[in-house]
Amino acid sequence: MVTETKTKDVATNILKQISEERMIDTIWERYLQQLPQCGFGLLGLCCKNCNFGPCRIDPFGEGAKTGICGADADVISARNLLRHTAAGSACHSDHGRELAHTLLLVSEGKTEGYKIADKEKLYRVAKEFGVQIDNKPENVIAKELAIKMLEEFGKQEGELLFCRTRPPEKQQKIWTENKILPRGIDREVVEAMARTHMGVDNDYKNLILHTMKTALADGWGGSMIATEVTDILFRTPRPVRAKANLGVLKEDYVNIVVHGHVPILSEMIVEASLDKELVNLAKQKGAKGINIAGICCTANEILVRRGIPVAGNMLQQELAVATGVVEVMVVDLQCIMPALKELAKCYHTKFISTHPKGKFEGFEYIEFDESRGLSIAKEIVKIAIENFSNRKKELVKTVSEEQSLIAGFTTEYVYEMLGGKYRATYRPLNDAIRDGRIRGVAGLVGCNNPKLLSGYSHFIIAKELIKHDVLVVETGCAAIECAKYGLLTPEAAFQYAGKGLQEVCKAVGIPPVLHLGSCVDNSRILTACCAMVAEGGIGNSLDELPVAGAAFEWYSEKAIAIGWYFVASGLLVVFGTPFHVSGSKNVIKFCTEEVEKITGGKWVFEPDPIKAAHIMIEHINKKRQLLKLKPMMYE
Amino acid sequence: MSKMIATKAIKGAHKIVSRAEKAIEKILTEYKDKAKDINIAFPDTAYYLPFIYAMTGLKVQKLGDVLPILEYAKSLLPEVPSDELWLPYLGDTLNAGMATLFAEEIIEALKYSLPESFGGKTPTHDFWIGFTNDMILREQGIKLVDGRMPGFAAIVGAAPDTETAKKIITQLQERNILVFMSATSPVNGKQICIAEQLAEEGIQMGWDVFLVPHGTDITSTIYALNFASRAAMSFGGIQPGKAKDILLYNKERVHAFVIALGEVDEEKFATAAGAINFGFPVVADTDIDQILPTGICTYEHVVSPVEHDKIVNKGIEIRGLKIKVSKIDIPVPFGSAFEGERVRKEQTYVEFGGKYSPAFELVQMKSMEEIENGKIELIGPECDEIKVEPEKLPFAMPLGIIVEVAGRKMQKDFESILERQIHHYLSFAKGIFHMGQRNQNWIRISKEAFNSGFRIKHFGTILVSKFLEDFPALVDKIQVKIYTEEEKVNQLMKEAMKIYDERDTRLAGLTDEAVDTFYSCTLCQSYAPNHVCVITPEKLGLCGAYNWLDGKAAYEINPKGMNQPIPKGKCIDPIKGEWEGVNKFVYENSNRAIERFYNYSIMEFPTTSCGCFECIIAILPECNGFMVVNRGYSGMTPCGMGFSTLAGTVGGGNQTPGFLGVGRLYLISKKFLVPEGGLKRIVWMTKELKETLGEKLKKRCEEIGEPDLLDKIADETITTDPQELLEYLTKVNHPALTLPPLM
Repeated sequence: MVTETKTKDVATNILKQISEERMIDTIWERYLQQLPQCGFGLLGLCCKNCNFGPCRIDPFGEGAKTGICGADADVISARNLLRHTAAGSACHSDHGRELAHTLLLVSEGKTEGYKIADKEKLYRVAKEFGVQIDNKPENVIAKELAIKMLEEFGKQEGELLFCRTRPPEKQQKIWTENKILPRGIDREVVEAMARTHMGVDNDYKNLILHTMKTALADGWGGSMIATEVTDILFRTPRPVRAKANLGVLKEDYVNIVVHGHVPILSEMIVEASLDKELVNLAKQKGAKGINIAGICCTANEILVRRGIPVAGNMLQQELAVATGVVEVMVVDLQCIMPALKELAKCYHTKFISTHPKGKFEGFEYIEFDESRGLSIAKEIVKIAIENFSNRKKELVKTVSEEQSLIAGFTTEYVYEMLGGKYRATYRPLNDAIRDGRIRGVAGLVGCNNPKLLSGYSHFIIAKELIKHDVLVVETGCAAIECAKYGLLTPEAAFQYAGKGLQEVCKAVGIPPVLHLGSCVDNSRILTACCAMVAEGGIGNSLDELPVAGAAFEWYSEKAIAIGWYFVASGLLVVFGTPFHVSGSKNVIKFCTEEVEKITGGKWVFEPDPIKAAHIMIEHINKKRQLLKLKPMMYE
Repeated sequence: MSKMIATKAIKGAHKIVSRAEKAIEKILTEYKDKAKDINIAFPDTAYYLPFIYAMTGLKVQKLGDVLPILEYAKSLLPEVPSDELWLPYLGDTLNAGMATLFAEEIIEALKYSLPESFGGKTPTHDFWIGFTNDMILREQGIKLVDGRMPGFAAIVGAAPDTETAKKIITQLQERNILVFMSATSPVNGKQICIAEQLAEEGIQMGWDVFLVPHGTDITSTIYALNFASRAAMSFGGIQPGKAKDILLYNKERVHAFVIALGEVDEEKFATAAGAINFGFPVVADTDIDQILPTGICTYEHVVSPVEHDKIVNKGIEIRGLKIKVSKIDIPVPFGSAFEGERVRKEQTYVEFGGKYSPAFELVQMKSMEEIENGKIELIGPECDEIKVEPEKLPFAMPLGIIVEVAGRKMQKDFESILERQIHHYLSFAKGIFHMGQRNQNWIRISKEAFNSGFRIKHFGTILVSKFLEDFPALVDKIQVKIYTEEEKVNQLMKEAMKIYDERDTRLAGLTDEAVDTFYSCTLCQSYAPNHVCVITPEKLGLCGAYNWLDGKAAYEINPKGMNQPIPKGKCIDPIKGEWEGVNKFVYENSNRAIERFYNYSIMEFPTTSCGCFECIIAILPECNGFMVVNRGYSGMTPCGMGFSTLAGTVGGGNQTPGFLGVGRLYLISKKFLVPEGGLKRIVWMTKELKETLGEKLKKRCEEIGEPDLLDKIADETITTDPQELLEYLTKVNHPALTLPPLM
């Protein structure tokens, strides 16, 4: 149990200190106040699903072995696990639905400020969905695609389309044989809730199988749709230069922080901030201009497409406000801490919530509506400009910490990155793995958590992996964290990477750690793995690839869903702290051992980041051996 | 890439594209309204500007067509990588390389089209070859197919001195690697090309000897790459515009690499980046960054610095070429690159045969006991035992070469096949010239070879080594007897002639009906994946290089090779030449593309062509007959197309009724176009064909009861105009006009 919450990040420490001095609690204090955390909760042995309870099982075997209904530790923890997964899957998938709905509105001409930005991708995905292209106008194609995508959510029977068009045959076969190939996105979530009601599914293995099905509906369904539509509406990212950390908030600018996840809002705010009239207005108010900065994954969305600076990850949301220079923090959905409302009482910052699904007491509410997208965004920007003069000088404390980075790698871009327009290919990556220059690929994703090292573990793990020639891909807050320590620069290869990986980075001109986008963009890791299989020579299915993943500092239920869709797709996933099932030996055994015989993937729970890195390395080594790949070139 | 290379290559790309842009601007200013209609073309090609055609499918014919290509090349130009926090540059650099090649082809095409704007000369002048026309492309293509040419090396720049230049070139020639030469690098303060170093030494260059000087301008390097692009379209049958397929075809099948000698400037880096798109790696003698990870090329992309004596082997290694270097114990270099080398009279020390002395060569099968393996006997004087005044050189000596072979799988039928190899083997030695065969042969040893220590006995050394090396399945034991006394030579020649006659008689009796097995040849499937040659006793392979006996022998030599027996099976139609077994074989071996074959027909289910055919037969509907044009004929034909253009329509493994690629000797076969009426249908053929087939063709005409047919067949000296041709045919009463209508 971590009780010392000082982080390694200088900017965070400065502003954390300032907040303490101002008697404002931050997540770290609140964490300490919770200690010791509830043991029953951590072990997953508490059940509140019905009014016989709450019930709890005695982990030491002395008290109750079952709940009032008779559910034992296995059933209770598996039910809890499935409910967590369903929530995570629902959250990401709802994000995907928002995007698909916006695509529909755009195709019908019912929006303001939006357009089809990536036609090539629209046509490609439309074809994949069986939309006849012919000579149809673009908006008709977009409409048909949007409708077909929305149908994926409500489908009652059949199979999710991406589960059939994208993964290697072996994964499809495993899912079919184990009846975990999702039918419709919403249906699996609803069924998860139904199964976990008292007296429905009382077999822990059966519950976990549905856990995987629910997660797959996210990874190959909701999240994947989110990524694809975001690319279509706002263009597929390509590498951009940008800056990260709280130093991007500048005293002499009007600062607007966008926070949340869905780029439908943040893209418009960025667009509005470019409006000349508004820029002039800001200047009239004495600012040098308008500065947009992001927090959390909406930051990643506008970072990878527009190079908009990232103020910080999820843990830093309160600290951004603590700089005293944020005129507006505008939020949509997910990972927005209710604690923010306390800050409104102290700072001049106006907090604006925008989504009917996500309201906050104490926030101003401006409902976002795509039909007036740009106008509403301008309205919000104007509020920020007007608020510039309300700053409380005595509370202004900006920091200088900001780090350059490269972001914006995608499954599609890798083809061009490695082969140019004419020889677009994954071959050099597969060759590098085959020949032992690159050991394999690791995905480091997910959140930051004061229970562990408040994000720093991502840096430790990434550094250890690249030192051992593992190419690292990242999304979400993990990527923001590594950016702060400079791992997302091409120069980092020469400082940290092993010789083989270094040669590849030098040949291609890439950082050793690649930023793939927001947390829904974990779908890009799935599709990139499919591209590696398709290129050939390093495994014929996802479970054969020398790859591994970690969401080491996870906090969110979304991370559980992400982890499960990777495990169900055949990959190893490491969590620094286990999800709350440890009270059941059977469930733990199933997740960490038995599931491997079914899907080829499995869970590992390991709190030491260095050990976690080596578990991933050893897993990759094992896959290399099974594939009879060459020994590592420089060992 | 490395950042250093990427930076230089991208800068170089900007420079070369800008050169093309300026050249065009100048022309636009000078010619104003007329500029866009200026014809832009390379000589004798059906592929327009071949690299551009291959990559985009666009047919550039006028300057106006060039403008969008230039704009496109500009759009491919990326930014130069920044000093810090650079964006990925590998893909960008490859794009920059492509932009460079587009611009280079534009510049070189302008030089041909508007020579007055480029100093009054086209790139083809003095010893510079410049653009390779389609005819040569096809001739050399065969060498790529049959392995005589394992790949090519494009040398840019010059060696530090002439000696080094010669050494590198000889190493390449010994390995039979085709050499392209272009661009310059500074040597003793002067910008020169390696080709100029060779010229200075009086070294023969040209396609015959695999040494092809393209030009001193870096832009002339495009000729190597537009050669490679055409190879993919012509032999690979890949459609123009299928850029990635064409580039990958080169990566997989055209084994080429770049040798950068001397300073590598930005333009050279840019061009090399273009070559890497083809999968052609670079070896350099200077210390530039290396690009070791693989993927765009099969192995390393750039390796440097490599010492001059290792540079050829390094190139071979990183291109993954598998080359057997024949190490034969003779005092001169040896390799097929020297096959085309000429030894002129004034260069000759001694010669044999021709019209100067009696000479013959013969291969005979013997029993194992009769042969002492590896024994070489010279019966008579060696050439250095005859004292000749230097001013009396060259002199002639009689020569009889009898090669005796034995082997468990050897058959009498294979003697002639082995005997034909003598020509190649002796020619492979540098300074040795060989022509003809049997008792019609003519051999020269150059003064240079003689001074290096080459003697008559070395003919034996070559033959023993090569037969054992190339035919291990047939030849277990071999001995060679070489006679140089006139009386003995004359006496043995009489016996040899008896053997030649016996062979001819036996061959004449070999008919398609007399055998139950034909042989396939899929040697060209590496280039034309759907093509299958069916070789029958009366119809040889369309390249002219393989007859039925060759196929049979090749199968004995390598039962898993490209020549497989085809059981004829039930005969469906003896006139058209259709058999169940043949159809089945062709279907299965053409990737299920070809369902049936009429082996003797041109109009219905004709046989396919790879691209290597010696001759093309084409329909002339207005004359109710066909014309025949041979490779090497560069003029126009009555069908309105030259050989190259026609070849483009015939090759690639497709069935194209009315058009057929054939070997020359098929014209005198009894099975020549039987369903259409045979020879009587031929209304036009090139003069060269008439002359080379001469007596045999005449005899065949007599056999079919048309003794004066040969005179009735027109050639280019009579006309190449279809209307005039018809008038001529009517005048001479050509039998084709009385045959049933073809269409």
